[in-house]
Amino acid sequence: MSSDQPPPLRRTALYTQHVALGGRMIPFVGWEMPVQYKGIVEEHHAVRQRVGLFDVSHMGRLEVTGPDAATFLRSLVAYDIAGLAVGEGHYTVVCQEDGGILDDVYVFRLANERFLMVVNSANVDKIGDWIQQHFHSSLRATMEDRQMETAMLALQGPEAIQEMARVAPTVAEGLPGRHCTEAPLAGVTAFFSRTGYTGEDGFEIILPSAAGIDLWRHFMSRGIQPCGLGARDSLRLEVALALYGNDIDTTTNPFEAGLGWVVSLDDGADFIGREALLRIHEAGVRRHLTCLKALERGVMRAHYPVLRSGRRVSELTSGGFSPTLGVSIGMAYLPPELVAVGTQLEVDVRGKPLPAQVVQRPFYRRPKAT
Amino acid sequence: MPSPADRRYTKEHEWVRVQDDLGTVGITDYAQDQLGDIVYVDLPSPGTQVKQLEKLGEIESVKAVSDLYSPVSGEVMEVNPEIMDRPELVNQAPYDEGWLVRVRLAAPAELDNLLTAKQYDELIAQAQET
Repeated sequence: MSSDQPPPLRRTALYTQHVALGGRMIPFVGWEMPVQYKGIVEEHHAVRQRVGLFDVSHMGRLEVTGPDAATFLRSLVAYDIAGLAVGEGHYTVVCQEDGGILDDVYVFRLANERFLMVVNSANVDKIGDWIQQHFHSSLRATMEDRQMETAMLALQGPEAIQEMARVAPTVAEGLPGRHCTEAPLAGVTAFFSRTGYTGEDGFEIILPSAAGIDLWRHFMSRGIQPCGLGARDSLRLEVALALYGNDIDTTTNPFEAGLGWVVSLDDGADFIGREALLRIHEAGVRRHLTCLKALERGVMRAHYPVLRSGRRVSELTSGGFSPTLGVSIGMAYLPPELVAVGTQLEVDVRGKPLPAQVVQRPFYRRPKAT
Repeated sequence: MPSPADRRYTKEHEWVRVQDDLGTVGITDYAQDQLGDIVYVDLPSPGTQVKQLEKLGEIESVKAVSDLYSPVSGEVMEVNPEIMDRPELVNQAPYDEGWLVRVRLAAPAELDNLLTAKQYDELIAQAQET
């Protein structure tokens, strides 16, 4: 027996539910999570066509409170989160000094002096350390990690609103996209946001663990499809949402990743990485995260080389099969001369060139509500 | 459920059912279940010579890609005409409509190198224990 074994995998409050539902459990960034229950394609279609439920309790949940909470958080993220109204949220990134992305996060303003930052599970420790490192004692703010005491569910799909209306009617009726609220639910106070990672309408709910199990069981009793990490990945890829560690990391900056909209350079506030991002923005980027669609059968996967006339020009940062489009899709950083829609490329699928072409980002957009 | 007794198996989870000198080849129920949703199968064209336990093709599921190995040596005579448009047949009916290729056996004695259904089921039971 070796003494430097990896630490045991952590389990969310919903672990026994997943096992009882036949979830296939896999290790995922230190957690034991379901990759699928019935099958990735069926779960994917459930979310696109009806509604699906995900356990996302592995995501980090940091609450920052105090008179300087807004100023302090603003100094850490690229977007002007100090300008958020109470009840508003925004997606953004935490950058290092050179503009490289440390994490992509969702910041919600719960109250004037209280914010919730949802961070990637793989980055919880890194971001916690980063915050500690940049905190100074003169700041009137405190940070609390809410992960251990709560569960986090994502209810996603066109029918999510009807299902939410059955458990929290005021939330379902009153919450616009990207907004959040705290409301009573079965005797506890729960956090609700109109957000998700699937490209569909939906809600994310954070609540005490025991209440989270009850809510999960309620949704199961309604016949809602439980969905695992597999469908989470195929759904996010169809809407070209970046996956940290694949499409973005410390070697990529938000502008080349197509995330210029999460960077505020002109609100007068300074933040870590601002100077570098300003320079990058003025100089223009040398590559763009670009959507590729396979033109023939075959599956493109992350790290496969991208070729132009037989010559390697890049590699896929993400790739997979799109259940909605019925073909393989992927993303890669490409130089400006290769990003025009219709540009013909090939992807080296284990030695065989698979023809692919540049398409509009995203691959899929949900039909507009009528 | 026990694997069908009318065929032989590889340790890599392929099966072959022989009628006269023609072997029909597919993957086992255990294999399709482990792979998950199958979305593409890359198989050799008719006329290709294949060798026992050498690479026959590739099978892609949403999750991953896996190599397929030929249970027998011989010439590929036919590829399942349905499988390109409906790769999900491999998930739905791995022992029937989800077959992959038919091979004219070059060396029928090779079948002795393969597992019986009972031996294959024991192998799977062991794999599931660990």
